[in-house]
Amino acid sequence: MAEDPIIRLRGIVNAFGPQVVHDGLDLDVYRGEILGVVGGSGTGKSVLLRTIAGLRRPQAGTVEVLGTDVLRADEDALEELQHHWGVMFQDGALFSALTVRENVEVPLKSVRGLDPKLRRELADLKIALSGLPYLAGDKYPSELSGGMRKRAGLARALALDPDIVFLDEPTAGLDPIGAADFDNLIKDLRDTMGLTVFLVTHDLDTLHAICTRIAVLAEKKVLVTGTMAEMLEVDHPWVRSYFHGPRARAAIDAAEAIGN
Amino acid sequence: MAGTARLQIGVTAASGGVNVALSGPATLADATVLASRLDALPKDEPLEIDLDGVDRLDTAAAYALLRAEARAGGRLSFRGGSSETRALLARIRESLPKPDTETPARLSIPDRVELLGRRVSEAVAFLGELLGYFGIFLHRLVRSILHPSEFRLTALVHHCQEVGLKAVPIVALMSFLIGVVLAFQGSVQLRQFGAEVFVVDLIAISVLRELGILLTAIIVAGRTASAFTAAIGSMKMREEIDAMRTLAIDPAAALIVPRILALLITLPILGLIADLSGLIGGAIMSWLELGISPPMFQTRLLEGTDPKHVMVGLVKAPAFAILIGIIGCRAGMKVGGNAESLGRMTSSAVVAAIFAVIVADAAFSIFFAKVGI
Repeated sequence: MAEDPIIRLRGIVNAFGPQVVHDGLDLDVYRGEILGVVGGSGTGKSVLLRTIAGLRRPQAGTVEVLGTDVLRADEDALEELQHHWGVMFQDGALFSALTVRENVEVPLKSVRGLDPKLRRELADLKIALSGLPYLAGDKYPSELSGGMRKRAGLARALALDPDIVFLDEPTAGLDPIGAADFDNLIKDLRDTMGLTVFLVTHDLDTLHAICTRIAVLAEKKVLVTGTMAEMLEVDHPWVRSYFHGPRARAAIDAAEAIGN
Repeated sequence: MAGTARLQIGVTAASGGVNVALSGPATLADATVLASRLDALPKDEPLEIDLDGVDRLDTAAAYALLRAEARAGGRLSFRGGSSETRALLARIRESLPKPDTETPARLSIPDRVELLGRRVSEAVAFLGELLGYFGIFLHRLVRSILHPSEFRLTALVHHCQEVGLKAVPIVALMSFLIGVVLAFQGSVQLRQFGAEVFVVDLIAISVLRELGILLTAIIVAGRTASAFTAAIGSMKMREEIDAMRTLAIDPAAALIVPRILALLITLPILGLIADLSGLIGGAIMSWLELGISPPMFQTRLLEGTDPKHVMVGLVKAPAFAILIGIIGCRAGMKVGGNAESLGRMTSSAVVAAIFAVIVADAAFSIFFAKVGI
C-alpha cells in the first residue's frame, strides 16, 4: 500500500456546539481496499462519513478525495467528483415517489447523450448486480423489505460505476443470512468493479469477513488502523474489549470455520 | 479524474467476418455510441470484438458488449483483453437481468369498461366504509357513555380547542364579509323596485338558513378534515396505531371518538357565530349603503324573519360535523407506509369532505322544501 491514498483526511475537527466529536483526525484510505470504521456510539462514525461525502463542513481540516480538495473545490469540480463516489445510506434513502428502477436511473440521467432505453437496461443491470430479483425494479421503496431497500440503495450508489462507495451500516437490521449475503456481495463487487469501499459498521462478522483494514475511532481521533490480526494485538482498553468480547470471539470462530 | 480520452471503435470487414477493434477507456460516457454501433453491424456474418486495446472497462460498456453478444446468438466472439476486462465481462454475464415481466398492453375497450365498473364499485364501497366508521363511532360513543371512566375528556377538550376555538376568527370574518356582500348586492337590485328595506329579509334568510352554516362547514372541512387525516395518517405511518392495538388501546375510541365528538359540539356553535357576524356585516352595510339604522334593522329582522330559519340552518350542523369527521378520520386510517400516500389522502379527504357537505346541504334543502318548512 505504498501508493497515494484515494481519500486523505488531515486535522479534521467536527463539533456540535460545545461537544467536540473529532479533534485533529487523520485518516488515509487506499485504492481497492475495504476499510471498516468502528467505534462506540457517539464517536462520530457517521459524521465522519458525512464529512468525507461533502454533506457536512468540518470546523477545521482538509478532506481530499481523488486528489480534489472537497472543502475548497468549486461547484463543477465537486459535481465531477460526485460522479466518482456513491453513498448508501442506512435505510437506503430511496426516493419514495419513484420505483426502484427510477431511483437507480436518477444518477444516470446526469450522463449526457445516454440513450433512455439503454439507461433503463443499465438500471436493470445494477438492480440485478445488487442481488435483487428483476420484478423489484417495478416496486416502490415502501413495498420492499429493509434488506431489499439496502440492496436498492446500493444499486443506486453503484449506478455510475463509482471509484468509491460509502456504506453506512450496510448489515444493520439484516438477518444473519442476509447480512452474510450482503458481505459477499460487497466483496464480489469490489473485486469485479475495482471499488474502494468505506464502510461504517458495528458488525464484527463483516469486519472479519471482508474488511481488509479496520480504523478504530476513539478519543476523538482515529486511534489505530490495521488488519484484523493487528487489531487483536492492540493494547487499549476499548479496542481490547471490542475485539475480545464474547461476540467478537464468536465472530473469530465463525471466520476460522469458514477459513477451514 | 476522468481523462479526455474517448473510446475508439474501429470496424474492419474481412473475408471471414467483421472485426471490431476497441481501444481506449470503454465507459458509461461512450456506452450509447458503442451500443448503437454494435447494433448497426451486419446481422448475418461472424463478429469478432478485439478487446486488446481497452484499458478500462466499466459495467455499462460491458453491458453494451454483452447485449450485442446475446443478440448475435453465437456469431459473436471476444478476443484478447486484460484479465480484469475478461473477469468483469464474466461477472456481468452472470448477472444479466432476466426480464420476467412484459410491459402492460394498451387498454382495450372491455378493459376500460371493466375499469369504469371497478371505479363505481369502489365508490359504493367507499360509502359503505363511511357507514362502517359511523357505526364504529356510535358504538364506541355508547360504550364510553356506559363506562365513563374510559372516556378521554382531555383529548375531547383539546380537539374542541383545535377545531372550534381556533376556527372562530376565520369563520367570523368570512361570514361578516358574506353579510357585507349580500347587503351590497341586494341593495343594488332591490333599490330598482324601491324595496330597499327587504334587504334585511334577504340577508337574514340567506345567512341564517343556508350560507352561515354551509360556508362554516366548508371552512371547517378544509381546516379540520385535513388536520384529522394528517394527524391520524402520520401515526399510522409510524406504526403508532399498531402499537396502540398491541397495548390494548382501541384506536377508534382513542382517536376517532374525541375528534368527531369535538366537531359535533363545536360546529353548531361556529354556525351560530357565523350567523351572528353575518347579520352584523349585513347591518353595517345596510346602514352605510341604504341608511337603514341598526335599530331599524333589528325591528325589521324581528318582524320579518321567523326563528325557524335559524333552526333550519343549525339542525344541519351535526350532520355536517359527522360527515367531515368521518371522512377525515377514515382517510387517516387509510394512509399507507410512505409520505406520498399521506399527502394524497390528505388532499382527497378535503375534497371528499367539502363535496359531501354540499351534497348533504342539497339533500336538506330538498327535504325542507318537500315538508314545507
